[in-house]
Amino acid sequence: MVECLKDKKVLTKGNYAIANAAVLAGCQCYFGYPITPQSEIGEFMSGKMQELGRAYVSAESELAAINMVIGAVSTGVKAMTSSSSCAVALMQEGLSYAAADELPVVLVSVMRGGPGLGNIYPSQGDYFQATKGGGDGDYKLIVLAPSTVQECADLTYKAFYLAQKYRNPTVLLADGMLGQMMEPVEYKQNPYPEIDNSNWALTGAKGRKGRIIRSYAPLASDRCEFLEKLYKKYKLIEENETEWEEIGVEDADVVLVSFGGTARNVKIAAKMCREKGIKAGVLRPITLFPFPHKRLFELSKKVKKFITVEVNMGQMVNDVRLAVNGNAPVELIHKPVGIPPAPEEIVKQIEELI
Amino acid sequence: MAEQVFKIPDSIKKNAKFSYCPGCDHGVATRLVAEVIDELGIREKTILAASVGCSVTLYDFLEIDSLEAPHGRAMAEATGIKRACPDKFVFTYQGDGDFASIGLAESMHAALRGENISAICINNTTYGMTGGQLGPTTIMGQKTTTSPTGRNREYYGYPIKIAEHIALCDGTAYSARVSLDTVANIRKAKQAIKKAFEVQLKGLGFGFVEILSTCPTNWKMTPDKAHERVRNEMMPVFKLGVYKDITAEG
Repeated sequence: MVECLKDKKVLTKGNYAIANAAVLAGCQCYFGYPITPQSEIGEFMSGKMQELGRAYVSAESELAAINMVIGAVSTGVKAMTSSSSCAVALMQEGLSYAAADELPVVLVSVMRGGPGLGNIYPSQGDYFQATKGGGDGDYKLIVLAPSTVQECADLTYKAFYLAQKYRNPTVLLADGMLGQMMEPVEYKQNPYPEIDNSNWALTGAKGRKGRIIRSYAPLASDRCEFLEKLYKKYKLIEENETEWEEIGVEDADVVLVSFGGTARNVKIAAKMCREKGIKAGVLRPITLFPFPHKRLFELSKKVKKFITVEVNMGQMVNDVRLAVNGNAPVELIHKPVGIPPAPEEIVKQIEELI
Repeated sequence: MAEQVFKIPDSIKKNAKFSYCPGCDHGVATRLVAEVIDELGIREKTILAASVGCSVTLYDFLEIDSLEAPHGRAMAEATGIKRACPDKFVFTYQGDGDFASIGLAESMHAALRGENISAICINNTTYGMTGGQLGPTTIMGQKTTTSPTGRNREYYGYPIKIAEHIALCDGTAYSARVSLDTVANIRKAKQAIKKAFEVQLKGLGFGFVEILSTCPTNWKMTPDKAHERVRNEMMPVFKLGVYKDITAEG
């Protein structure tokens, strides 16, 4: 088992990096149900949380796990669950409730192949599941997509912070490759401030009236007001928190858009393109919601072609097309499931597409 | 000087207006819960995981902190609350559909884990809020809007005896079934609720009370006739009694 050491570089798996960072971020409760390829998170937590006197529950299902997180965070503490694809599907109801109840749930989703039981190979097939949601009604989750094991740790801190700051469920969207691969990681000090939640958390109605956390609003007018307020918050999140990485886009003819582990090979492919005289750049969304629509739109005024590279049948490509809004063609290079296409393969396909 | 011997419990919200149907036992059960919270002096440290169904409205009547739960998930949320804040008093108030149909896994596993949580389950043999459909506790032969010729084995199988099942779980400290059809039974019901709350406060495990209740609206009966049905049709199937009490002597 990996130790919870701050400020020391260790060689570790993405799953352990996430779990370690969650503990260091102050996660007080972990609730989960095993599923490959993220089981190390629950395994690590079962030992570490007990050692630290924090809460760990081996939940009877993912339905229960996500609702246990909802219960815990309603009291103001930091809590999380982790899961994968077909099991995250079971959590959609809870995520919709958490969004409606404005609760800072943190979910780590380590994608595997789908649909259905699929397989345990890496995949990015849950981009829609995370960003568009499968629960009922109009809601948004904040979605962070790490690309390295170091980012698995860094964005875990951030996930807890953003969840608390905006009182919004937040997803760390990794995949089986990141979860299972090993890289050096440094657990830096949690860079984010603690958020005061004393004005809404359930702590018992001591010296005040009872608080009710609920989304139920029987009157249509109440519901309209509620949703307008919720969407004002989402707009604020878009303005404040949209994050992406870009390399060589300023003079690029072709901009490659890719997220998560796949973006690693795309960066190498872009470099290889430059060596061949193809002016390629890379834009890697780090937040999938909020999505860097504005930046892509700006670039679309001068870029000749956008190519998204994804390990799915083409999901994020739809958001890129929306952002570009017809200003430039948007093509797709993809692989249905498995480890991302090799840089050479990506370059070959780029050459065919331009 | 006149002495006040009967009053609205402190835990009931000021100006609360019950929205339960006339003759429904939810009103009595709600009052009993409020009385017990008052008597144990736990209002200021109580957190309710609410349910879905007629029982959800409890949060409109009690001056306590409450969290909405999806249908059937109250026990999971209660688990999360209690694990995060072991010093709080955490309870659920659910119908039989919420507790024993859609939420059966959450309910049984909370009992098996021996969560220090208390649960009240209102058993009225039907889905009340949606208009009286067949539920997990609908008794054999009972006509509902989705069992128009009565519950039979071929189409519907059998009703669940909740208090007995919960008593079988090793983590359960207390499990009882009570009714609200007579003054004597209302007193016993209050004692059972108190006991189910006390086992949590003592850290002994899961405390559970199943309350046989009327649904005059969906049963299409007067309140009196509805209580007669509780006695004549429900009690022979759902026998009253304490099914487990680890604090009992002997």
